[in-house]
Amino acid sequence: MSASADLLTPALGGGGVVEERAGSTRPARVRRLAATALPGGRGLALGLLLPLALAFTWEGAVRLGLAEGRLMPPPSRVGATLLDLARSGDLAVHALATLGRVLAGFALGAVAGTLFGALSGALAPARRLLDPTLQALRAIPSIAWVPLFILWLGIFEASKVALIAVGVFFPVYLGTLGAILAIDRKVLEVGRVFRLDGLATARRILLPAILPAWIVSLRSGLGLGFMFVVAAEFMGASEGLGYLLVDGQQLGRPDQIMAAILAFALLGKAADALLVALTAPFLRWQDTGASGL
Amino acid sequence: MLRIDGLSKTYANGTHALGQVSLDLPAGAVTAVVGGSGCGKSTMLRLLAGLDRPTSGEILLDGSPVEGPRPEIGVVFQEPRLLPWLTVEANAAFGLAHLPKAEREARAGDALAHVGLAGYGGRWPRELSGGQAQRVAIARALAPEPSVVLLDEPFSALDAFTRAGLHEHLRALWTRTRPTMVLVTHDIDEAIVLADSVLVMRPRPGRIAATFDVRLAHPRDRLSPAYESVKRKLMLALDRTMRGEPVGDDRGVEAPGLWW
Repeated sequence: MSASADLLTPALGGGGVVEERAGSTRPARVRRLAATALPGGRGLALGLLLPLALAFTWEGAVRLGLAEGRLMPPPSRVGATLLDLARSGDLAVHALATLGRVLAGFALGAVAGTLFGALSGALAPARRLLDPTLQALRAIPSIAWVPLFILWLGIFEASKVALIAVGVFFPVYLGTLGAILAIDRKVLEVGRVFRLDGLATARRILLPAILPAWIVSLRSGLGLGFMFVVAAEFMGASEGLGYLLVDGQQLGRPDQIMAAILAFALLGKAADALLVALTAPFLRWQDTGASGL
Repeated sequence: MLRIDGLSKTYANGTHALGQVSLDLPAGAVTAVVGGSGCGKSTMLRLLAGLDRPTSGEILLDGSPVEGPRPEIGVVFQEPRLLPWLTVEANAAFGLAHLPKAEREARAGDALAHVGLAGYGGRWPRELSGGQAQRVAIARALAPEPSVVLLDEPFSALDAFTRAGLHEHLRALWTRTRPTMVLVTHDIDEAIVLADSVLVMRPRPGRIAATFDVRLAHPRDRLSPAYESVKRKLMLALDRTMRGEPVGDDRGVEAPGLWW
């Protein structure tokens, strides 16, 4: 697995939906990743050069008294804050709270998205019935549901998980639906020649054929899950990394905000890497530049 | 015996692809179908494979009608159409799912060996060249030992050298179980090298313009005068069908093989 591709992935998670709409998510993304991942170790070093240079410059500027560093704390202070949070156990509490919400929302959204996507993809009548409504719902900015969810589900966990699930649902639904519709008629014909029945076709052709695109949609969904958990925790939570953000703002502690942001980046990246690692064995056959991802 | 009786096909968009084709293909015969694009040769093959239904007419395999894909009929498409998520061996064994694992593996391995790919079973399709992939596709079609094998321009995407090599492989495979073989092609050499008889088709609607018997001993020498004259005759017939002219006297051409 290439480390410079890793650095790119958080940025890609957010862009997932837009690309999904363009209809050619995977190949474009894969090409881009492959292109940037190619130089290997040297690519990693080059990719780290800019952020490290900026960090050192800022650190130096604050140390030398050229900058104040009150609103923009130097890296050392952010690191120290993160370490403090970790030592006191607060970081674990907040990170686990956030992770739990993301996981619950992701599980609900991914299962529902996959089921509805499969239904719409496999049965044309179901597609005509469901897809227009779902596409219309998709056009609603998901944050717009927040007031309604709070009225319906209360201000505690249920409304937060529901919001995350909505965010995860659409990329997974679209990814599953698109993957099924994109299955090559020619490959299905191979199944017909060997007289596979519906179940055997699903098991031996449909499932493996949609797997790569489905996994990409799960990754997009997971990325959105992390986006939405912040929104969910902004609207009144007593723990979670999103709460740390709001708390840092109210206390005027930018170092805490940046520490929470850093924790988000690490957590999101780790979750994505875990998903990739868990699914990699099923994609060994893929003929793409990113097959080693 | 594969009997084609008054077969015609009109597509939903009104294209009259095939008009009243009747034909008897004796068991074990190798028949090549040539013709320009749009002459209905692929349509005919798809009907024979049971992938499409004819508008009228019927196909009888040993007396029973072909109304859908049949286990006795193997198909090799223009592209390999291997399943990329299966290893080469699993691809070759795709039509053997009903057999126990050991026998499945043995027969797939056997089929791969006969197309010259012994030892390739553990590879992924992405690791194969175009010619190798098409050989796996042939192995997949032949592994269940069908009595009829249909090939739709199977070598058209390959270079001339690879193609010539595959012609030998295919002929050698055919001698094992001697299935009835129908080969659609636009390569006249391919038709003459492999087939016992060559059908020339003409378009709008697709029908058979002429039938040539190729009575040359195997393996066929592409440089022999006899081969050359068969080829010239065939090219002339094809040329005329393309221009929409009648191919001599149809009857006269249908009594071939005597003129050299």
